[in-house]
Amino acid sequence: MAEKKTKRRDFLFTATYAVGAVGVGAVVWPMIDQMNPDASVKALASTEVDVSTVNPGNTITVLWRGKPVFIRRRTQDEIAEAKSVKMEELKDPEKDEDRAKNPEWLVMLGVCTHLGCVPLNDKGDYNGWFCPCHGSHYDISGRIRKGPAPTNMEVPKYEFVNANTIKIG
Amino acid sequence: MSDHEYTPKSKVGKWFNDRLPLLTLANHLTDYPTPKNLNYWWTFGGILTFCLITQIVTGLTLAMHYIAHADMAFESVEHIMRDVNYGWLIRYIHANGASMFFLAVYIHIFRSLFYGSYKAPREIIWIIGIIIYLLMMAAAFMGYVLPWGQMSFWGATVITNLFSAIPLVGEGIVTWLWGGYSVDNPTLTRFFTLHYLIPFLILGLVVLHIWALHVPGNNNPVGIDIKKPSKDTVPFHPYIVIKDGFALLMFMIVFAFFVFYTPNILGHADNYIEADPLVTPAHIVPEWYLLPFYAILRSVPDKLLGVVAMLSAILILAALPWLDTSKIRSAVFRPLYKQFYWILVADVLILGYVGAMPAEGLYLLIARIATAYYFLHFLVILPVLGYKEKTLPIPLSITEPVLGGSPDLVAAKNKESLNN
Repeated sequence: MAEKKTKRRDFLFTATYAVGAVGVGAVVWPMIDQMNPDASVKALASTEVDVSTVNPGNTITVLWRGKPVFIRRRTQDEIAEAKSVKMEELKDPEKDEDRAKNPEWLVMLGVCTHLGCVPLNDKGDYNGWFCPCHGSHYDISGRIRKGPAPTNMEVPKYEFVNANTIKIG
Repeated sequence: MSDHEYTPKSKVGKWFNDRLPLLTLANHLTDYPTPKNLNYWWTFGGILTFCLITQIVTGLTLAMHYIAHADMAFESVEHIMRDVNYGWLIRYIHANGASMFFLAVYIHIFRSLFYGSYKAPREIIWIIGIIIYLLMMAAAFMGYVLPWGQMSFWGATVITNLFSAIPLVGEGIVTWLWGGYSVDNPTLTRFFTLHYLIPFLILGLVVLHIWALHVPGNNNPVGIDIKKPSKDTVPFHPYIVIKDGFALLMFMIVFAFFVFYTPNILGHADNYIEADPLVTPAHIVPEWYLLPFYAILRSVPDKLLGVVAMLSAILILAALPWLDTSKIRSAVFRPLYKQFYWILVADVLILGYVGAMPAEGLYLLIARIATAYYFLHFLVILPVLGYKEKTLPIPLSITEPVLGGSPDLVAAKNKESLNN
């Protein structure tokens, strides 16, 4: 037994372990993947919202994929304020033009990027949103200005189907 | 397992025991030599076993009436409270039982910290205990989600979102945990399944915890190794059984006080409002037993580092047997450690208090100082103390300080030589 030589038996062991590992993987993956969003959850991918009744300076909240979406019709002052912010003041620099293609309408997930609470409208130090859970302040463009949240509130994929209807998702 | 051979007296007993030595096990448990100086802080192991069994029994009965569905869970809990015979009693015992469980486990843990019970040769007992504690937190958290109230929903949202702090895969993991794009019905049903499973995992670990304990035997307030069985020990039954039983009765008075007189004081009024994914309650706080860790989470201004700090605060306990470099177990003989121990107790209580307060201004400052001190205690003070501290002489046996009067090492040694 002094010298170590690869034998037929070693090869058989290795081959058996390899096949066994593939087999275990094939059984374990379905058990893990069953916890991912199912077909019925994925089917609820888009929502259409009628925004004709929203007045300037108001925000409505709609449910999309179980999450709140803020739709704010911004006033001219608010748009000017959002555009005037210098990039170097921002924790997650993003231009207002990139967040609101139509500057009058700000559409974003009403989910704090810290730990997922719903921020409150017209609150906080930056005239935007304030998250009551752990104290994150967002500005009128939904950008993080102060507090533990790492990024700006997310802008989902959306489009104007017509002048009064927004399709989210 | 047993220190001596055991033969059942009856013929049937012997026949059975030869095939399955359950009677040997029972004999080991009754005769098990226990240090005779165990004080009431040692009764919480028994109390915790009682808590676990209470939670399992009341949990099973609640599960007969509860419906794990996002549309029906909240109503089914109200159904339990109003319609089911004694449903209110069973639910209040279960809900307050969780708090009592944590109260007992914190006393149990701090007992170990004071008397150095985690040190060699008891590291495995300690680590199993930490795993049990982690599972308890998981079970408590998921159980709190089941009534599907506002605190349930938003607590679940915040805690699962902790995983989103993980770089790259975080968001994917959170979606996987939810089974959707937010906390919803798939989340509720899987939490119910796991909430049902975990107590039985804990039960299995408790068996290992006790098994590992019975290898070296109990630590004791003096913290010295003792001979077993000897004049320093008493058999578990009846001595410890009676003492544990009395302490359990006292504990049950406290338990009953909460259940019958103020069953909701440890909960949040917001959880009697059904879950609403569009509105977050103004002030989210976890249950009292998680507050110190919540304070640590909030005291760090960075999302990922906050989560890392919170998890480290718990996991650092598992490394305690190696962080504490002192050879002396009991704080009774460690004058400096004893002071730092009480500062740590105060520090954790302060963290718990600020965890319940809004994370701003002075509270935030206090939380940050207390968090820093928490880590300082384990990472700096304990390792250094083992080398620097001048400990008091320890007695040679438990009997010695009682009969000899003083724990003076030289006197004890002289006496020992005289006896020999």
